[in-house]
Amino acid sequence: MERFDERRLGTVMVAPALALMALVVLWPVLQAFWLSLHRYNIKFPDDREWVGLSNYARVLEAGSWWEALVTTIIFTVLSVSIEFVLGLLMALMMHQAIGWKGPLRVSILVPWATITVVTALAWKWLYTPGIGIIATVLEPFIGADSCLLCSRWGAMWGMVFADVWKTAPFIGLLLLAGLQNISADLYEAAEVDGASTWDKFRHITLPMLKPAILVALLFRTLDSFRMFDLAFIMTGGANQTRTVSVLAYDQLINKLNIGVGSAISMLIFLLVFAIAFIFVRVLGANPQAEDR
Amino acid sequence: MTHPHPIHGDDPLGIGPAPEGPQSPAVRIAAAGGIQEPPAPAVDLESLRDRPTIRERIALAVIIAYCLFPMYWLVKLSMQVDGSSGAGLLPERLTLVNYAAVIRNPDFIYGFLNSILIAGAATLISITIGGAAAYALSRLPVSGGKYILFLVLAVSMFPAIAIIGPLFDMWRTIGLFDTRLGLVIPSVTFSLPLAIWIMASFFRELPRDLEHAAYMDGASPIQAFRKVMLPLAAPGVFTAAILVFIGAWNEFIFALSLTATRASRTVPVVISQFQGADSMEIPIGSISAAAVIVMVPLIIAVAIFQRRIVSGLTAGGVKG
Repeated sequence: MERFDERRLGTVMVAPALALMALVVLWPVLQAFWLSLHRYNIKFPDDREWVGLSNYARVLEAGSWWEALVTTIIFTVLSVSIEFVLGLLMALMMHQAIGWKGPLRVSILVPWATITVVTALAWKWLYTPGIGIIATVLEPFIGADSCLLCSRWGAMWGMVFADVWKTAPFIGLLLLAGLQNISADLYEAAEVDGASTWDKFRHITLPMLKPAILVALLFRTLDSFRMFDLAFIMTGGANQTRTVSVLAYDQLINKLNIGVGSAISMLIFLLVFAIAFIFVRVLGANPQAEDR
Repeated sequence: MTHPHPIHGDDPLGIGPAPEGPQSPAVRIAAAGGIQEPPAPAVDLESLRDRPTIRERIALAVIIAYCLFPMYWLVKLSMQVDGSSGAGLLPERLTLVNYAAVIRNPDFIYGFLNSILIAGAATLISITIGGAAAYALSRLPVSGGKYILFLVLAVSMFPAIAIIGPLFDMWRTIGLFDTRLGLVIPSVTFSLPLAIWIMASFFRELPRDLEHAAYMDGASPIQAFRKVMLPLAAPGVFTAAILVFIGAWNEFIFALSLTATRASRTVPVVISQFQGADSMEIPIGSISAAAVIVMVPLIIAVAIFQRRIVSGLTAGGVKG
């Protein structure tokens, strides 16, 4: 009786969340797939026709898709790896240090809480000659007139460092929580055995942090791969800095080309799925156990 | 965090268990040496220091400066006339004209209002729906619960760009395009995974006996949830609410794609599209002032709720 009541209540309580996710995510994905098989531009609503996979063929033959994909991959690899090294360094420093907990915690949370649009503008202006101090510092290297964001690689690094600023402290925070969970006994035992600081880091810290690192890596990789705001604000996609999300947005909302745009969207969806699959199946990340 | 360790062995008041007579199983096992009490940690002289060393101070100061510097730069740009003091570290002449301009800008006022309404509504709905789901998934026998958790996880990894096209098309057809409700719906949906995850991790930690005690007192499952579990999980609910609000406040791609006018544009979109009187010149000071105004409430919230936010962000992530 009680069991039955609980089961019924459980179903009722889960239902609204499930219904919403089904209606706003699952159904539109299926629709995006359906639309990607059609020639469909909102500007010409009557010219809607089944075209099979030819939208995909058009996207995969286009240089712009491959350029955006390469840009996205480079951005993801650079930003995620720098974020992790910096985040780990921050975590280790904070773990060792005593005091200043409050100010440190607030400072660390500021980049995380900053609206990405604001992050993008702040860094864009830091890079802008005559406005930002980073431009002044870089002047001897790139010249007074040339702006960092005006070349492909300059813009790439510019976006990477804005992203690193926003997320490295957050990763530091996650890894710090992981560090605090490692028992001090392990380190003491290692010291008795004469382990060096590096030995301890390699054989205790890293393995113990591995589950937390893998999950954080998974979510950060997906976030970077989907990156839209930074490129949209900082460069508008100029100088070959269009990410795949910016490319899809351009087709869908600017050109109202829903058919081709949906094909790009589905490709992004498949790639995200593949990344998640690799992390979970090959690397053994377990987001169910230790989500953010 | 170290917990103060009770001192065992000493019992000056003589209120310990009687040496003879009936004992609880736990006491008997402990007496037989079956379970070792953990030894009290040796006093670590290092951790008695309450001030960081010079090297640590430098390291921490570098971290703090790194985290705050871009924000400082925005504050600086917002308090000077555009182009006045160039790229110097300090503004040459402090002025509030940019702030005066921004708070009189109707686009910004509407954007601010829209952001508060949309993020607020999204938070309320997401916490209600997500809280119910989290409770069911963590405390009740739900058929297919594993698959539901998988779906929740999948949504948290989902690229929003993949459904922008259909939503854009659909919202235009059913009249949700350029409305606040049209932004609340995707905002709620994409914050559900976070809300469910945080609240479920808090619900899971409440002792199982609580519901049974409530049932014994004649409560129905729903009463057990409302009267017993919900008040106890309030800190978790509150934590989830803060994180969901910040997430909804920051949302950009839906707000950019599904709006057209100030009827529904949120602050991030307004800031990204700020135009000066002269459309060729970007009003950097005004945009910075707008950004600072938008950031101040967030930073105050972060300062007040820092512990909760950290515990929410690392919930489950550290249990290994």
